[in-house]
Amino acid sequence: MGIETALPAEGFLTTQLQRVINWSRRSAVWPMPFATACCGIELMATATSRFDLARFGAEVFRFSPRQADLLIVAGRVAVKMLPVLQRIYLQMTEPKWVISMGACASTGGVFDTYAVVQGVDQFIPVDVYVPGCPPRPEQLIEGIMAIQRIIDRDNIPYDDQGKRIPLQIAIQPNYQPRRQPMEVSIGAT
Amino acid sequence: MAQPMLDHPTLPRVKAAFSDVRFLATEFRGQTTLVVPKDQLHQVLRFLRDDPECDYNFLSDVTGVDYLGYPAKQPGRFAVVYLLVSHARGRRLTVKTYLDPTIDTSGIDPDPALEVDSATDIWPGAEWREREVYDMFGIRFRNHPDLRRILTWKDYPAHPLRKDYPLRGRGERETYRIVERDQA
Ligand code: SF4
Repeated sequence: MGIETALPAEGFLTTQLQRVINWSRRSAVWPMPFATACCGIELMATATSRFDLARFGAEVFRFSPRQADLLIVAGRVAVKMLPVLQRIYLQMTEPKWVISMGACASTGGVFDTYAVVQGVDQFIPVDVYVPGCPPRPEQLIEGIMAIQRIIDRDNIPYDDQGKRIPLQIAIQPNYQPRRQPMEVSIGAT
Repeated sequence: MAQPMLDHPTLPRVKAAFSDVRFLATEFRGQTTLVVPKDQLHQVLRFLRDDPECDYNFLSDVTGVDYLGYPAKQPGRFAVVYLLVSHARGRRLTVKTYLDPTIDTSGIDPDPALEVDSATDIWPGAEWREREVYDMFGIRFRNHPDLRRILTWKDYPAHPLRKDYPLRGRGERETYRIVERDQA
């Protein structure tokens, strides 16, 4: 890591206990993938070596909610699936965070029908909304990093009754599409 | 417009076997549909499978149709459609029966007019298909071994593919318990 070279020879380092706890929490956010639709594919891509979620310490996907602290809701949720989602959320131990990934999980997306939940935040607390259909892996990583920044800086925010509050951060799209319509050309672009 | 070509080789066989039943038939681009009165549906389906000339050994799908607001006049509001395949003869046949509701279609009360005999004793694969038709249209199948909803949940208060049911539902997707942060 290189940190040893910056330390004095005896290897001592003084810091606050809370900072060490925050640092270890944010460096090992273990996600529970609740992938119900196409966004789940992008979630998998985020974990691959090309985008390498391991750089942010969040590559250990846990399929048991009791071993995870970040619930990533990736995809549309039918009302029939809602009890499962709520149960998984309740089974996760504190501290825990929730990312609502993609248009469907956040708003219902194009599936404005009788059976699809129009935004999971109606029924469980959501910390970060990641827009897109599907969001690019960079954008999901940005969502995870938003949670990491909060843990790092502010510990876990509480309201004045001492209860953990949903963060409700909305990530902005992090890329600019090219100007359209574009000229059509054959050969070199 | 081209006239329908009712030259499907199964049609004369069925007509000869059930001479007292009034059948209707349509054809579109080589696909023939046989319209059967609902009380004879089960016998006709069984004949189509058991008769060696017909030999429809495979039921490829069962669906329902709601013709509410359909531009052309139809013999009934609902239809149940059986799509049959004969592997030995290389033929397909669509068998359809029309049903007319006698009570208000917005609820889930059983309507004795929306009932047909189940085909599960002829093709066991009909079981889940007929459950889907029941779930979506509220058409019940007599002698079905396990007629429960298959796609929507148990207490769903409507049959959502009926045309008089709103696309966005009647609030079913909004009414569910809310889990708060401190409940865990
Ligand atoms: S937001 Fe788009 S990609 Fe994600 S689940 Fe919905 S339709 Fe699929």
